[in-house]
This record gives sequence, C-alpha cells and structure tokens, in this order.
Amino acid sequence: MTAPLLDVRGLSLSYGPVRALRGVSIDARAGEIIGIVGESGCGKSTLASALIGLPAPGATVAGEVRIAGEDFLALPEARRREWRGARVAMVFQDPMTSFNPVLTLGDQLVDFQHRSPVPRAEKRARAAAILARVGLPDPDLALRRHIHELSGGMRQRAAIAAALLMRPMLLVADEPTTALDVTMEAQIIHLLRELRAEHQGAIVVITHHLGVIGELCDRVYVMYAGEVVEEGTVDEIYHSPRHPYTRALIDCDPAHIDGPAGRLPTIPGRLPDLTGTLRGCAFQPRCPRAGPRCLALAPPRVAFGPTQAAFCHEAGR
Amino acid sequence: MLTYAIKRVGLAIVILFTVMFAMYALVFLVPGDPASLALGPRATPALKAELIARMGLDRPVPVQVWNFFASALHGNLGYDVWSRRPVAAQILEVFPNTLFLGAMALGWAAALGVALGCLAVVWRGTLIDRLLGILSVSMIAVPPFVIALYALAVFAVWLGWLPAIGAGTPGDPVSQFRAVLLPAFAIGITWVGYLARLVRASMLEVMGANHIRTARAFGLSEARIVGRYALRVAIIPTIAVLAVGFGSILSSAVFVETVFSRPGIGMLIVSAVAKRNYPVVMGTVLFMTAFYLLVVTAADLLIARLDPRVRDAFRG
Ligand SMILES: Nc1ncnc2c1ncn2[C@@H]1O[C@H](COP(=O)(O)OP(=O)(O)O)[C@@H](O)[C@H]1O
Ligand SMILES: [Mg+2]
Repeated sequence: MTAPLLDVRGLSLSYGPVRALRGVSIDARAGEIIGIVGESGCGKSTLASALIGLPAPGATVAGEVRIAGEDFLALPEARRREWRGARVAMVFQDPMTSFNPVLTLGDQLVDFQHRSPVPRAEKRARAAAILARVGLPDPDLALRRHIHELSGGMRQRAAIAAALLMRPMLLVADEPTTALDVTMEAQIIHLLRELRAEHQGAIVVITHHLGVIGELCDRVYVMYAGEVVEEGTVDEIYHSPRHPYTRALIDCDPAHIDGPAGRLPTIPGRLPDLTGTLRGCAFQPRCPRAGPRCLALAPPRVAFGPTQAAFCHEAGR
Repeated sequence: MLTYAIKRVGLAIVILFTVMFAMYALVFLVPGDPASLALGPRATPALKAELIARMGLDRPVPVQVWNFFASALHGNLGYDVWSRRPVAAQILEVFPNTLFLGAMALGWAAALGVALGCLAVVWRGTLIDRLLGILSVSMIAVPPFVIALYALAVFAVWLGWLPAIGAGTPGDPVSQFRAVLLPAFAIGITWVGYLARLVRASMLEVMGANHIRTARAFGLSEARIVGRYALRVAIIPTIAVLAVGFGSILSSAVFVETVFSRPGIGMLIVSAVAKRNYPVVMGTVLFMTAFYLLVVTAADLLIARLDPRVRDAFRG
C-alpha cells in the first residue's frame, strides 16, 4: 500500500482553555475522498483550519499534519505560504463572505495564481477555463462580477474553482453544500464526484450532513467533541456502525426514517464543555450504553477488520 | 447609480437652503437691525435709510430671502457694504489660496496618515504599533494653533527657511508652494494622527474578515493582503471621514490664515464679521457651505463607485 498523501497524527488545538481538537488522527491516500462528519461545534472547521496551517489567532496547535511525507505544521511560515493554494487548497464554509467584497472575482482568481510565472492574461484565461469547468454558464462575465452579484450556487462553484486553480494535491472542502438548496446540493455533489476522477490528489469533505458523505466519500471519520470516535468505509459506517454516537447520527438522518416523520429525532443532551480535560469517554453523558468504565477510562481503539475502528468501551461487546 | 446621484445632490440642495434660512434668521435675531449694527455709532437717520434701501432691508423678509437666492443662482452674492465691490468677485479672488491650503494640508495628512495606519496593522501588537499609537494620539492632542505658532517661530523666524506671512507671489508657483508649507503642516498634523488611528481600527476590523483568511489560504503575502485586500475595504469609511475633514480643515483656515496673514476665505470672513459687513458674511458662508456640500456629495458618490455593494443598493 502506498504511503498516505495526508497523514494527520495526534493533532490537538486549543483556543485558550477550549480544547477544540484532542488528538485527532486521520489519513487519506491520493485519489481518495474522505469525509469528516459530526454535529455542529464538534471541531470540523477547526480541523480544516489546522490542515492548512491557518488556525485562528491565539490558538495553540500540537501534533503532525504530514502532506506528501513532510510535516506541514513544522515548516517555517514562509514555506507554508508557498504550499498554500499550490499544494493544499481550501473551499471555505461560506462563499459569500470568503471572497473580497470590493474586488472582482477575476482579480481574485488571478491573484490566487501569484506563484505561477505566466502572464496575467494567461492567468485570467485559466480562471475562466476553471469557472467553465465547474459549470458557471458565462465565465468571462463572472470574472467581471463581484461576489454579491452571483447566486448561491455560482458562489459555491466559484469557491471550488478557486481551490482548483493551482492543482493542489490536497483539497479541503468545509461544508461545500450547506448553504445550498437540495437541487444545488445535488449538482455540487455531482461536480465534486466528477472532479475526483480528474483530480490526482486527495479530497477531504467536511459536513454535518451524512447524505453528502454517502454520495461522495470512500471513507468516513466520525467526530465528536474534538475527537475521532469512529472510522470506516462508507458501507461500514452506514450499515454496521459500531460507535453509539455514529448509530445515533444515522438514526437522526432524515433519509433513514421510514414512513411519515412527525418530528425529526435528535440525540438527547448536548456537546460536553470543551474546557479542561474530559474524564472517560466524551460521549458517555449522552450514551444509552454507558457503563462504569466509560466514566473513568478513556475509550480504547477497537478495530473491526482492516478499515473500521471505533473508540468505545462497549463497541466490541 | 444615477438615481443615487440625484438623491444625493437633491439632499445637498435642501441642506444648502436650510443653512441659508438659518443664516437669515440669525441676522434678524441679532438685536438691532443690520444697518445700524454695521454703521455703529456714526449712524445718522439719513445714512441708515440709505444703507437699508441698498441692502434691501425695507422689503418683507420672504422677498429678501427670495431675492438673495435668485441672485445667488445668477452668481451674484450681493455687494460689499463699504467698498460696494461684488462679494462673488472678492470670494473668487481669495478662494484659490484657501483651496490650495486645504488640498495641501489634507493631501499630506491623508498620504502619511493612511501609510502609518497600514504600518501599525502590519506590525500590530509590536513596539512599532505602540509607538505609532502614541505618536498619533500626540498629533491629535496638540492644538493646531500651537503647532502653527511654533512652526512659525522655528522655521520662519528662527531658521528663516520659509516665509512667515502671505500666500506667495501670485503667478509664482515656487513662492506659493513655499508659503503654503507651514500653514498646511499646522492644520494637517491633527489629521495625520486621526487618520492613522481610523485606518488602523478600520483595517483591524477588516483583517478579521473571512475573505482575508481566504487570501491567506492562497498564500498571498501579508503586504499584499494589507495593501490590497484589506485597504480596499477599509478605505471606504475613511473617504467619508476625509470629506468631513476637508470641511473642518477649511474652517481651521480661519485661524491659520490669520496667524500667517494669508489672504483667503478665512481672513475674508473674519474681517467681514469685524466690520459688520453682512453681505460679505452671508455670501461667503453660502459659498463655503455649497463648496463643502459639493465635497461631501462627491465623496458619497466616490464611495458608491468604490463599493459595489453600495452601488447596487442604489441601482434602479
Ligand atoms: N476562533 C475561535 N475562538 C474560540 N473558540 C472557537 C473558535 N472557533 C471555534 N471555536 C470553538 O471550537 C469548537 C469547534 O468549533 P468548529 O470547529 O467551528 O466546529 P464545527 O465546524 O464542527 O461546527 C466550538 O466549541 C467553537 O465554539
Ligand atoms: Mg464549521
């Protein structure tokens, strides 16, 4: 098996006392799409910011983010800047606020290619070509537009186009469909699937919506309270989830509810306080199967075959 | 954009009329009639009657106001009570001096203030940022007339590098430029500090925006992010303040022109008030109000051009 393109080992991130990531380990091989799923506030966007080495100011980061074998976070800032856009690119959560409001889309897409030595006109042509590739109807017009003049779906496509400009080996997409209606969502998922076939690198798709994962990803990491609680292939996660939290997530997914759903079921309770150290298992207060060990001891990694594992005291029973 | 422009210009005209009515009201609120005030103790009934007739004060107030506006629209701002020269001609004679002074003062203040504000953002949180902060606040705190007097004492009197009084020889740009340096320095310096603080605050707010994070995520250099991505957004509120600043700089001209004995609008108003020369006071105030509104309206239109969101909000 080839070495993973993205290899994250024991990644932790704190915003002062808030420990938003606690020892996250994930990996992705070239050509693979992995999904990161979990409810809002579990640290998905924080993980994305750490993957591109741009955590919020004041955050402290520990652990490794290896990209093509090199520890990205250990590089000096100047080198990391060279990587950004070119090797690691990001599709941000809210495309409306993620573009400059007073510069045209064209100006920005040209600027984002600043490492490329080609003349300006060529960069503009490349930007137009990529916009056409992601399905913008009139790319030359779009280049002259400001972000607020585009529709929601076009903005999201433009954000994806921006990330693809420099053909990065790692593409991170944070909630690429959350701002969109169902039809647009289906179109964006379709686009990402097509891109995956052309794209040589790895794609990390972050979402709180299980449906997106099922249609797009090869493997899934389920996150809870800043930790990965279960990993596996899409089939394994959907059809034989082992962690009680994963089960609860699937039970709450509207697509899985048969018959007329009166009210959407939700997981009772809420995310634990992330300040300070958590004793035992983070999900234990909300877990229907929690036993005495869950209160006292950190859950072990229990493997179920070569690709699936859950961090749970009870999963193996 | 056109509707927006029409709205802005319409608003400016309404403000102008309101200001002139207020001026008229003020003249009539002052105890005694303008004619006896202007004539002072020398007033004889015959002189007074003549002046009243000349100033049109014998007619009903609405007629007077109407006449004033009607002739103002034709470029006639009335006549000097004493010299009987047209007020408009007197204003146009000295206005270029004041405009040159205001433009020079605001020009250097804006250039340096914006640059210092950007530097403070690039080095935010460091010693340089704090030193720039102290410098800016000191510039704001020291009153311009103190600066004016010290500048005069040091550079004109003591070192003798620059002329102490006047606006330079007409038609000689070098002497005019030398004459404007000290007064422009004196009234601009407050604005250097003020703009540096304003640009810094406005930039820091923008630097926290998502689109700045995007620019970083594409590896753009900090200098480019500050100078292009943040400044383009942060400069927009600054332009509105600059326009207001231009008005305030023109009113500071009243005292610097006195200190430096520079012919200009400020001097004109001061001497007209001292001599109770009401037509000159009224004409000058109308002119300056109109000019100020022109600048502010132009700034609003410029903002609408620079900020596509404002432009679209007023489209159609
Ligand atoms: N800049 C920040 N400063 C302090 N706390 C933050 C910051 N960003 C996120 N958090 C906190 O970190 C946790 C994870 O947030 P986030 O990564 O945005 O979650 P998600 O993307 O999964 O919704 C939340 O508790 C959130 O309040
Ligand atoms: Mg998020």
